[in-house]
Amino acid sequence: MSKNPYLGLYIIMAVLLVLPFVLPNSFYVDLAIRMAINAVIVLGLNLLIGFAGQISLGHAGFLGFGAYATAVLPTHFGWHPLLAMAAGAVAAGALAAIVARPIFKLKGHYLAMATLGLGIIINIVVRTEAQWTGGPDGMPVPAMSLAGFEISGDKHWYWLVALVLSVSVWASLNMINSPFGRALRALHGSEVASKVVGVDVVRYKVAIFVLSAMFASFMGSITAHYVGFVTPNLADFFHSIELVTMVVIGGMASVYGSVVGAVLLTALPQALTSFEGWETVAFGAILMLSMIFMPKGLVPTLSARFGRGD
Amino acid sequence: MLAEFLQFLFSGITVGATYALAALGFTLIYNASNVINFAQGEFIMLGGMLAVYFSQAGLPLPVALVLAILVPAIVGVVLEKLAIEPVKGAEPVTLIIITIGASLVIRGLIQVWLGKNTFSLPAFSGDVPLQILGATLMPQSLWVLGITAIVVVALWYFFNRTLHGKAMLATSFNRVAAELVGINTKWVLFLSFAMSAALGALGGILVTPLTLTSYDVGIMLGLKGFVAAVVGGLGNGLGAVLGGLLVGILEAMGAGYISSAYKDAMPFVLILLILFFMPRGLFGGKSTDRV
Repeated sequence: MSKNPYLGLYIIMAVLLVLPFVLPNSFYVDLAIRMAINAVIVLGLNLLIGFAGQISLGHAGFLGFGAYATAVLPTHFGWHPLLAMAAGAVAAGALAAIVARPIFKLKGHYLAMATLGLGIIINIVVRTEAQWTGGPDGMPVPAMSLAGFEISGDKHWYWLVALVLSVSVWASLNMINSPFGRALRALHGSEVASKVVGVDVVRYKVAIFVLSAMFASFMGSITAHYVGFVTPNLADFFHSIELVTMVVIGGMASVYGSVVGAVLLTALPQALTSFEGWETVAFGAILMLSMIFMPKGLVPTLSARFGRGD
Repeated sequence: MLAEFLQFLFSGITVGATYALAALGFTLIYNASNVINFAQGEFIMLGGMLAVYFSQAGLPLPVALVLAILVPAIVGVVLEKLAIEPVKGAEPVTLIIITIGASLVIRGLIQVWLGKNTFSLPAFSGDVPLQILGATLMPQSLWVLGITAIVVVALWYFFNRTLHGKAMLATSFNRVAAELVGINTKWVLFLSFAMSAALGALGGILVTPLTLTSYDVGIMLGLKGFVAAVVGGLGNGLGAVLGGLLVGILEAMGAGYISSAYKDAMPFVLILLILFFMPRGLFGGKSTDRV
């Protein structure tokens, strides 16, 4: 741990404050918004992967859950967008709890398989039930308004998302040093040892999985509102893999690693557009190379090299 | 009624045989290295696509098919040498990401080289369907089932009656102990990647005349093979075969009787049910935790 664990948070906030004044055009503002959205999702997913030591290969499914709750409930049932957002997050959390309870009683990587299945089922449902979801073509999302004030345009969304990101980083840092966070870290170190000192292993793992699913659903809703349109691609297997990759490349169990991983991998497709047709190859090669040469991820590797630890 | 049921059953066991070969591939690699190889589906794709490429290039069909098995096997070995061996002992998440990266590289290269079109391969012995109790059976289905059966018997012989096979089994039970009795576990790892890639490619070749192929068929085929391996109890060879057939039959029955739109969802519903109610798979043994 560096002298002040909040140092990174201050840097992130400073960058977020300065960015809108230095970004040359709306293309970069859009990119920054998508980076921040991914960063929040990855923070939640990293709590699961980094601390509970479990992989979710269906996190995009939860993202899609929130996004489609936000699109379908107001459009077809006239719900208020905020209510729809909350309903999506609660439903995603409930689904996660139902799936996780029996799974976490087992040892091994069964959650990876269960979430893989769950994510694919959600994606197929969304693609098939076209009368509700627009099928493979997707559907438009009604605008978000709060007390008569409509949130629209890059500027509004930038500040909203920047706020959500700062609060999420702050909350994650605090959580890791709370009794809950210490229990999670103990879990990651040794499950048997933490059981011995009285940590209810199953309960903690379920809690963290539910939390990360709700994070994802909430950010799915935000994404849907921001883009104004949802498609099943948001919830597909490949997107789930991208999210896991952001966690692993940034650094497992590292709060700042989550942010760095999300920023880098969101920018990567833009950087690869010059390799037309070769994007998939390049993306795959980067994944393999970074895992072979830097299996701990970017932030933990660098901070170890500069002797600060994390 | 019966004819309809038979029809679904035929198509189910035919696809199921492909899943079984893929699941055997997962099992081989998992036993040798504890790696869940998410690139397995790409070997299936490679088999089909290369068979099409070599046969269109004018090679006689048998030569094209042998090459279409050999090349993926080499790809499997290269993957093991370059990407899996250097990170021995890494966390499972790391290994999963590496194999996913490998699958993207393989899929991307094929997409660049052969394009995004859908290809077909002529059936090995004609397209005249056989009539059985009112249901039709394509001759290619017999090829799929026959060759899969031969492969399963050959693998059984290999693992139970040959020194190499027994060495591989020993390594999967206990790597350190296997090394101590003089088994070259590096060679075992090498062999398991080559065999697993070849099995996947074989499945891909056999099923291509029935289902067509393109650069992106590997994702779903691989995931369903993975489901089959888990259904059978990950690491259990016979379980993998039965799991593959079960997944194939369930998928065909589901598509026929329930909803064809949800055909692809069936295997994944199955895996959730299995994990909830019989987490070791249908045929998996008991396991104990080591502290």
